[in-house]
Amino acid sequence: MSIIYIVVPLALLIATTAVIGFAWASRQGQFDDLETPAHRALFDDDPVEEE
Amino acid sequence: MVAVPLLPVVMKCDHCTLPVPAGLVVEGSAQQFCCAGCKLVYETLAGAGLGKYYDIVEEDAGDARQATVVSGRNYPEFDHQEFTDEHVTVAGDLASAKFYLRGVHCAACVWLVEKLPRLLKGVVSVRLDLGRAIVELEWRPQQVELSAIASLLDSIGYPPLPLKDGEEQQRLRKEQRADLLRIAIAGALAGNLMGIAFALYGAYWSGMEDGLRDFFRYTAFGLATISVAWPGRVFFRGALKALRARTPNMDLPIALGLSAGYLGGAFNTITQRGEVYFESVGILVFLLLVGRYIQRKQQRSAYLELELLHALSPGSALRVVDGVSEEVPISALQIGDVIEVLGGDTVAADGELLSAQATVDAAVLTGESTPSAIMAAELVYAGTRNLGENIQIRVSQIGDSTRVGQLMKRVAEYARRPSAIVRMADKMSGVFTLVVMLLALITVWWWTQYTSFDVALEHAIALLVIACPCALGLATPLAVVAAVGRAARKGILVKGGDTFESLSRAGVILLDKTGTITQGDWNVSQWYGAQELRPLVEALENHSNHPFARALANQKSQLSVAAVEIESGCGIRGVVDGVQIYVGSPAWLAQLGADFDDELLSTISNNNLSPAIAWDGAQRVSVIALGDTLRADSAQRITRLHELGWQVHILSGDDPRVVQRVACEVGVASENAHGGVTPEAKEQFVRDKQKSQHKVVMVGDGWNDATALAAADIGVAVHGSAEASLAAADVFLSRPGLGGVVELLSGSLRTVRLIRRNLLVSLLYNGSGVALAMLGIMNPLWAAVFMPLSSLTVVSLAWRSKTFN
Repeated sequence: MSIIYIVVPLALLIATTAVIGFAWASRQGQFDDLETPAHRALFDDDPVEEE
Repeated sequence: MVAVPLLPVVMKCDHCTLPVPAGLVVEGSAQQFCCAGCKLVYETLAGAGLGKYYDIVEEDAGDARQATVVSGRNYPEFDHQEFTDEHVTVAGDLASAKFYLRGVHCAACVWLVEKLPRLLKGVVSVRLDLGRAIVELEWRPQQVELSAIASLLDSIGYPPLPLKDGEEQQRLRKEQRADLLRIAIAGALAGNLMGIAFALYGAYWSGMEDGLRDFFRYTAFGLATISVAWPGRVFFRGALKALRARTPNMDLPIALGLSAGYLGGAFNTITQRGEVYFESVGILVFLLLVGRYIQRKQQRSAYLELELLHALSPGSALRVVDGVSEEVPISALQIGDVIEVLGGDTVAADGELLSAQATVDAAVLTGESTPSAIMAAELVYAGTRNLGENIQIRVSQIGDSTRVGQLMKRVAEYARRPSAIVRMADKMSGVFTLVVMLLALITVWWWTQYTSFDVALEHAIALLVIACPCALGLATPLAVVAAVGRAARKGILVKGGDTFESLSRAGVILLDKTGTITQGDWNVSQWYGAQELRPLVEALENHSNHPFARALANQKSQLSVAAVEIESGCGIRGVVDGVQIYVGSPAWLAQLGADFDDELLSTISNNNLSPAIAWDGAQRVSVIALGDTLRADSAQRITRLHELGWQVHILSGDDPRVVQRVACEVGVASENAHGGVTPEAKEQFVRDKQKSQHKVVMVGDGWNDATALAAADIGVAVHGSAEASLAAADVFLSRPGLGGVVELLSGSLRTVRLIRRNLLVSLLYNGSGVALAMLGIMNPLWAAVFMPLSSLTVVSLAWRSKTFN
């Protein structure tokens, strides 16, 4: 069972990364508006004009 | 040669049906548009195969089909230096500002607004926050003026209102982000603590090496330390504040519970004996933070609506200096300035009338349904609308000291008042934690007298695990969230969760008359005499701003109208389709020589309707009875309110006789119908009722109701409300009439019943679990298996409930 001594710290490391990722996204303001992006994702891109 | 089809004289926009300006008519094209915005919307819908939208709109709304709200203003005040100083942030060659956009409501709005940079050169970026209807603009001032952007937004149907992005806003945003981060950390820690706890429970079955067990325990100890010291610190800070102020708050028992669990676990870890309770500590911190976040979010949105109030007062005024008028932002006005108010415009500041006379519509300010005449040197109030010709006013009060400004200040004060109902979940969880800790101690003490200390501790641990207050903490918020969501789908928007609790017990309900019980618009109630005059009158009245005219006018009329003259306070005359027509007050028409039945007039005024006369200058005369008619379902709804146990009052600024008639028709006792009530008196009335230990619910729609809405225990704004009322109210009904009010009250009753049921279920569950553990029947493993079941029960009860449908 000594694998536990590696796996548990690894799990905690992954959790830390996730929390850091969340903190970054939150500082960027990604959670300030939770409604509009859901709609924005559905808009088509502007058609590329052909030369 | 290709034949060019003949175009009809007036082209109507295929999107909004407004007339298409001559310059924009595209000859030979099947579709015509009044503006680029309508064209874009139309093409998108057609391109996506959604052209059916127009059929649906036509069938559904009939003539209520709304043209995109276009004020047609040019916003010259936005380029004024004072405005720039106050609202615009300049960085390098880029400028940015925030606006509240009236009228955004769907994905298509986001799409259209964010396409602005394609429509106007110089606009760099546009971001719309749909939930709050706030747009952030970025543009190059050298290439485009703000007024041009504003009028483009206006022309596509979203009149912009300037918004200040003050320090307070920044602070709130930072606070929200910090809250979220705390929840994330607490959540990650709680999850991992839970995992470790499960591994330790497993040791009951299969046993565990001491080294491994200590490794898990020390890891959990470390994680719990972070959880308590970092995200959990807020509770200790709150508790410390309570100790210093010597007034207990909810943080105190929470902090006590947390420290007991944490210190107990730490002691056992270091002494290598007994059990650890770190997962309960971690989860408690996480859940309490989530509850706190939801509550704070509601407070923040309430604050934002308060900010909107300031954006809503009219933004500009025409200042007259040496006979030349210039459009300036209101903040630039000084006392003593002379301003001009055009016919149909809203008065920007309180002041003394310089013109000989004026007719103003004060309905939004006072609730009076008939326009009032004002003579020279009398006061004209900001917020009222000028119905006659252009007038001039000498400004005597500006900004916050105007009557409407005072009202807004009162609303702001009420909004800052803390909610009286304390956080149920927090309170329960705190007390619960203390009780559980106490019971655990008793269990240990009791069992050590009969068995070993280790067995005693095991029973105590089982107790702590099964008593984890997840279900209890979830019971109230979940039921409220589910009910708020369901209510929103029914057109009932509820701002705070406390609302349901307040509305579940009957009290006094105050109804505004105009617009709530009645339609709120003038309608033709009877047309006596020459019917053939009607189309001519309808055409002529298109040229007047008077509320009576709006009832009489028909915008679809194609008849030619010429030589229109408006006699302020009297009526209107003009030549329609070659016929001279006069429409106006009986006094004016009698003076002109029209011959009509005086008895008919007294019948009309006895019914509390207002008469108007139409005359063709010769033989044909019509007597028209105008009134604000009742909504079809008002009487029935009020009966239902009485059945639910509410004491119904009518509170209106309108003529007492009109109010009495309405009260009689809808079945409200005449002593409960109050007419001629000023906005200030409405607020006083609410407070008097509150003093006599009544719970007061106010339902209203106008500026005149705003302070009363804010002062009431619960304010309900109905469809079509002035924005001030929206900001002041706790609930907004997006449907007109009283149907929504009845539904809100009965739905609240069901929601509160659901909350009680949920609390009962989780208390019973936890209670019996605790009893079993104290009796030594439950072991920690089974406790860990059963614990999530109570949460599941509560969650499914909340989602399956039929609170609003």
